Amino acid sequence: MDWATLLPVVWFFIIGFAVMMYVLLDGFVLGLGILLPFADDEGQRDHMMNTAAPIWDGNETWLVLGGAGLMATFPKAYAVVLSALYLPILLMLIALIFRGVAFEFRFKAHSSRWLWGVAFSVGSVLTALAQGLILGALVEGMPLTGGKYVQGAFGWFSPFAVMTAVAVVFGYALLGATWLVLKTDGRLQRIAFDLTRPLMLAVIGFMLMVSAWLPFLDSQLMERWFTGAHMLWLSPVPILTAVNAVLLWRAVLKNREVQPFVLALCFFALGFIGLVVGMWPNIVPPSMSIWDAASPPSSQGFVLVGAAFLIPAVLAYTVYSYRVFRGKVLAGEGYH
Amino acid sequence: MLTAEFLSRLQFAWVMSFHILFPAFTIGTAAWLAFIEGVWLVKRTDLWRDLYFFWLKIFAVAFGMGVVSGIVMSFQFGTNWAGFSIAAGNVVGPLLNYEVLTAFFLEATFLGVMLFGWKKVSDRMHFFATCMVSLGTLLSSFWIMSANSWMQTPTGYAIRDGVFYPVDWWQVIFNPSFLVRLPHMVMAAFISTAMVVGGVSAVYLLKGRFVDRAGVMLKLALAFLAIVIPIQIVIGDMVGLKVREYQPAKLAAIEARWTTESSVPLALFAWPDEEAEMNRYAVEVPHLGSLVLTHSWDGEVKGLKDFPRDERPPVAIPFFSFRIMVGLGLLMLALALVGLWRWKRGTLFSGRGYLRAWVVMIPSGFVALLTGWWVAEVGRQPWVVQGLMRTSEAATKLPVGSVLASLITFVVVYIGIFGAGTWYLFKLFRDGPLPAPQRGQPATPVHGGRRRTPARPLSAPDDPMGD
Repeated sequence: MDWATLLPVVWFFIIGFAVMMYVLLDGFVLGLGILLPFADDEGQRDHMMNTAAPIWDGNETWLVLGGAGLMATFPKAYAVVLSALYLPILLMLIALIFRGVAFEFRFKAHSSRWLWGVAFSVGSVLTALAQGLILGALVEGMPLTGGKYVQGAFGWFSPFAVMTAVAVVFGYALLGATWLVLKTDGRLQRIAFDLTRPLMLAVIGFMLMVSAWLPFLDSQLMERWFTGAHMLWLSPVPILTAVNAVLLWRAVLKNREVQPFVLALCFFALGFIGLVVGMWPNIVPPSMSIWDAASPPSSQGFVLVGAAFLIPAVLAYTVYSYRVFRGKVLAGEGYH
Repeated sequence: MLTAEFLSRLQFAWVMSFHILFPAFTIGTAAWLAFIEGVWLVKRTDLWRDLYFFWLKIFAVAFGMGVVSGIVMSFQFGTNWAGFSIAAGNVVGPLLNYEVLTAFFLEATFLGVMLFGWKKVSDRMHFFATCMVSLGTLLSSFWIMSANSWMQTPTGYAIRDGVFYPVDWWQVIFNPSFLVRLPHMVMAAFISTAMVVGGVSAVYLLKGRFVDRAGVMLKLALAFLAIVIPIQIVIGDMVGLKVREYQPAKLAAIEARWTTESSVPLALFAWPDEEAEMNRYAVEVPHLGSLVLTHSWDGEVKGLKDFPRDERPPVAIPFFSFRIMVGLGLLMLALALVGLWRWKRGTLFSGRGYLRAWVVMIPSGFVALLTGWWVAEVGRQPWVVQGLMRTSEAATKLPVGSVLASLITFVVVYIGIFGAGTWYLFKLFRDGPLPAPQRGQPATPVHGGRRRTPARPLSAPDDPMGD
């Protein structure tokens, strides 16, 4: 296998990994923002945000890594996807700015504290919606004419994309709720427990609906899943997902503290892997393959040298910072 | 006329002009912090430690703002400049990616030690972390300036089917203008920061607050400027020679020269009329143009009429921006030289008029930096990659409504968010270099001495925003 064949595969998985890390890690922080209105008072909102305060901005690293990595290694996919999804991307960026800045300024403000809380919450919901729209549009496929997307400013808008947008909001909320179960106790943990059950039902429901809808999309995303031998070696993914759903269900009913969060992460990861496997070997379904979109080996190889050093370092730092901040965060115990 | 391309250019100028200020300030404050901590390691006095912690907070906020505005930048090339990304992504993408990797590697490692590791590591290790952060900011500017310089003076590439392919990375990175434009930018960042350091000190001196700390900082700032501004002028001259060699149309626009002539004058002021291809109300110094631009009494300078109209940059923006940049540079130099003279006579701190001049000139470094950037970018037009790819080919064919919506959103949101951030910086300056914690005490008393402090730039300063 020559470099021009191999490197795009390597980079497809690096970028896929970066995006998955982002979805898992920032997912639960966005979930906190989505759940913020369910808190009793400002004190509980402080408490919720404090559980993620020390680690949230490291999570965004993965998104920027994915974005900049895409430009360097798959410039055609970067250009097509970002320009076709102009408005959802804009919505996501603005919402992320608000969410991030509100996170910091809320702890420094007094009379405008509630306002930054609202900005945090609205920013989180809009970020999740935008990411869901982007996901839906990508899964549904972007038909290209002469290498260009010609569906106009709202070409991405469809019932399927709307459903994935709502699904992502519920999914992140589930991650946020199980994170709170893990990191808090007392009244706030009770609220989180109560939220977890309906959220879990909703997320399992959405997962089934998306799976049922996929075969009817034009993107042929699911072709691989149902063709001959693939079915056999891919079968662990849906089986594991089903087992995961059952385990999650039981862990939540038994009021476990750690398992729901871990299982919710696994649930997300399995769903993500399922989609990535379905997309393969396309990076922009239905027709742009990773080899069509790839920059030449000299570009991909050049960046790979740096990535090989820096991605392990960022991973190590992520592990380290989560270790440092492990354990329960008590009410009134702030990092600010 | 409002075309999507024009709106995309406006939007890029807007988000870029905001973004550039924060990294520039970060580059300057990081080096300044390394210097302060180095002196503290030798002298071990409270004054230097207080100064370190004061500027550390400022640095943290500027760094945070730079990260937030930088996320937008990493998506702009795809959303609004798809043509550029497809054609030049193979070459520019890896350079920008290295910048991102460098910046985030930095955040993931030494920045945490620098901001929150005061009590956890030894003095020398902490100093090392500060130096590495400073080195990291310089490395970031290395990659960004390399990418931008390649767009000005592209080398080391091949073009197939309208797409650039890297042939020799060494030539791509060390393209002809890079090695003069990088130090020009870094010096500009240093000078901008030194103007803030000196100006803020002047405010304290005028108010009689932190007099000892402010005195030390003002002397350092003006000594630094007196040395570095002359160096910057020399580097700027070298940049100009590269522009004359590789981008003659840009030089003609900067000087508003319409006809190719030898022994050209230098226009101090003029109103360039692009339709009539001439200058109105010109105030000129004979021979000075040739002397400055070609280093000879009657050197030849190309005029805009030598280029087809569709290959000429706009004239007014480069012409006026350049004069603002140079004018401010000379004013800053004068401020530093007058300061040296007053220092020698022992009247540095007593003249209120002189101190007020410092206060007025706090933003002049940043203004010079921005106008200089505009000269470089507008002067390159109508090309996005000099001579090879037009900006109009680079722009995404977007609906006008989409770009108008995003432009308005970015304008409103940036004014709000970065307004709040800048206002918070002002508040930190107003509080001043208060006594910092001794070793063994909690680094930040508000945290209640908790061991587990958050490792994020914006949470380093714990002052309330106040409202």
